[in-house]
Amino acid sequence: MNAQAHIEARDLTMAYGSFVIMRDLNFTINRGDIFIIMGGSGCGKSTLLRHLVGLKEPARGQVLYDGVSFWEAELEARKQLMRRFGILYQSGALWSSMTLAENIALPLDEYTDLSSNQIQEMVSLKLALVGLAGFEDFYPSEISGGMRKRAGLARAMALDADILFFDEPSAGLDPISARRLDDLILELRDSLGATVVVVTHELASIFAIGNNSVFLDADTRTAIATGDPHKLLTGCEDPKVRDFLTRGEAGVAPKRAGPAETCRVTGRL
Amino acid sequence: MLESPKLNISRSADDDLVIGFEGSWRISQGLHSLEDVEKAIASAPGLRRIVFDSGKLTVWDSSLVSFVIKVLDFGRDKNIDVARDGLPEGVLKLVSLATAVPEQKDARKRAAPIPFLAAIGTGTLKILSSTSEMVAFLGETSLAFLKFFRGKARFRRVDLVLFIQECGAQALPIVSLISVLVGLILAFVGAVQLRMFGAQIYVADLVAIGMTREMGAMMSAIIMAGRTGAAFAAQLGTMQVNEEIDALQTLGLSPVEFLVLPRTIALILMMPLLCLYANFMGILGGGIIGVGMLNLSLIEYFTETKHAINIVDINAGLFKSVVFGVIIALSGCMRGMQCGRSAAAVGVATTSAVVTAIVFIVVFDGLFAVIFDVLGI
Repeated sequence: MNAQAHIEARDLTMAYGSFVIMRDLNFTINRGDIFIIMGGSGCGKSTLLRHLVGLKEPARGQVLYDGVSFWEAELEARKQLMRRFGILYQSGALWSSMTLAENIALPLDEYTDLSSNQIQEMVSLKLALVGLAGFEDFYPSEISGGMRKRAGLARAMALDADILFFDEPSAGLDPISARRLDDLILELRDSLGATVVVVTHELASIFAIGNNSVFLDADTRTAIATGDPHKLLTGCEDPKVRDFLTRGEAGVAPKRAGPAETCRVTGRL
Repeated sequence: MLESPKLNISRSADDDLVIGFEGSWRISQGLHSLEDVEKAIASAPGLRRIVFDSGKLTVWDSSLVSFVIKVLDFGRDKNIDVARDGLPEGVLKLVSLATAVPEQKDARKRAAPIPFLAAIGTGTLKILSSTSEMVAFLGETSLAFLKFFRGKARFRRVDLVLFIQECGAQALPIVSLISVLVGLILAFVGAVQLRMFGAQIYVADLVAIGMTREMGAMMSAIIMAGRTGAAFAAQLGTMQVNEEIDALQTLGLSPVEFLVLPRTIALILMMPLLCLYANFMGILGGGIIGVGMLNLSLIEYFTETKHAINIVDINAGLFKSVVFGVIIALSGCMRGMQCGRSAAAVGVATTSAVVTAIVFIVVFDGLFAVIFDVLGI
């Protein structure tokens, strides 16, 4: 796969008011990557996602999509970019006053010229893809948490997004459902050719699907490692990253196998 | 029956302080204070070490652990060695678990006393920022309305119909009840005074003018602020908590167009109708007193009512009700959109939506009274 930068973060600093959460983040997400944003609880993973999808403006730095700086673009251009995103929120975030079918139909209705019959067809297809065929007329409150997540995924895929963002997709799911969701993510990437960005701290998911990642560290308030999680496991010598990727099991000696750039220690330690 | 917890403090031959635990140490039997140990140590200078003896201990729970930690802390402060080996194994483990991670000193939140002037300053800044938020929201809504008039606003027509039903037809029962009672009260208050002059018939004038110019619009607005304004704030607030509003935004849909616009339009359309209905019900309520208490005939009462009011009075009330509708919808939606991301925040948003709406309703009603008077309406 020839790597082609799809999303880039340059010196990204995130802050709520004067409270800095992460500073000087630099990473590149290539087209077709499954990029993992990982790190301990409360280190700002979801906040980083909110910056990437355009919900929160960075305090400093840039987010580039295909070389275009998101926050310096005009509002219309920004909206155009955002239309290519599909986002699965942590709780699904389905619009509770609408049925599943209406939830998925809304983006189609707004941004395509399909007739209502064609939209119904698309809705059924997307629901079938996530294993929810026949649930068109259910309201989000009438289905289980795992189903809500899958329905959220169907909505995220409604417009055949270029980039899929997942905020903790497997949180609150049983291991088998989580595994199925991982498989689904992989399949979607392969068949749609989408770039996938996943916020998670589930080790099983990280190694099963990720081929690129950034590790956020709450203490130094910056990214301390980037690269393929498998290579980080073998090649990264930073104790925090190693602890995280091995569930804190000591005694796994670093093999010093990976090339140096897989663990670019960018933080000021 | 549990044996009560006992503490035996003694000194061993080689100058150790022995703390012996006896009986059952249960939280239900209270927590031991460190007083006895402190006393024993104060009366025994030259103490080298504290040791524990748990030979007579029968059962224990967190109360013992907390006591041991207190002794350990105390020993550290006074530079006295504390030997842990006399403790039950479980207590030992829990103690080392509790002391494994040192207390994060700056994690504790302290309410630092704020100087008076600083408090005034922060208060002022808060008012300024909330005012600017309000203006920004008004601006966004105005833009959305412009788009609506150009036929470009994006929202679901189904939602609009639903909101019209919710804040129109479904509000009729409560509006009926309150308006009839308000008309009744107005008539009653007037009747007591006017009967002294034998001018009972003017009760009809009083009720008619009072309802059409003031109370119809006012009461329906207050009802709708509590009923619908609060509902709007709660709906949007919960959507904020569930990230539903984020989902709209990232789809490139403006939440103001999609959520605020249909709600505001529905209220603007329905408020004058509710007001007109409230006027009618209020006059009906006055009629009950007129006919039932003042021995007027129904025809008499309504003829007098017809003479008393003209179209200007009714229009003044209707105009106010439209303004009130805007106020209710906007304060409900604004507080909902500003809602934080927790269940408690939704409660705060709902409360403040109703308060904001009622304050502005009363203030604007006062303003209109003055303006109408100046203009001679």
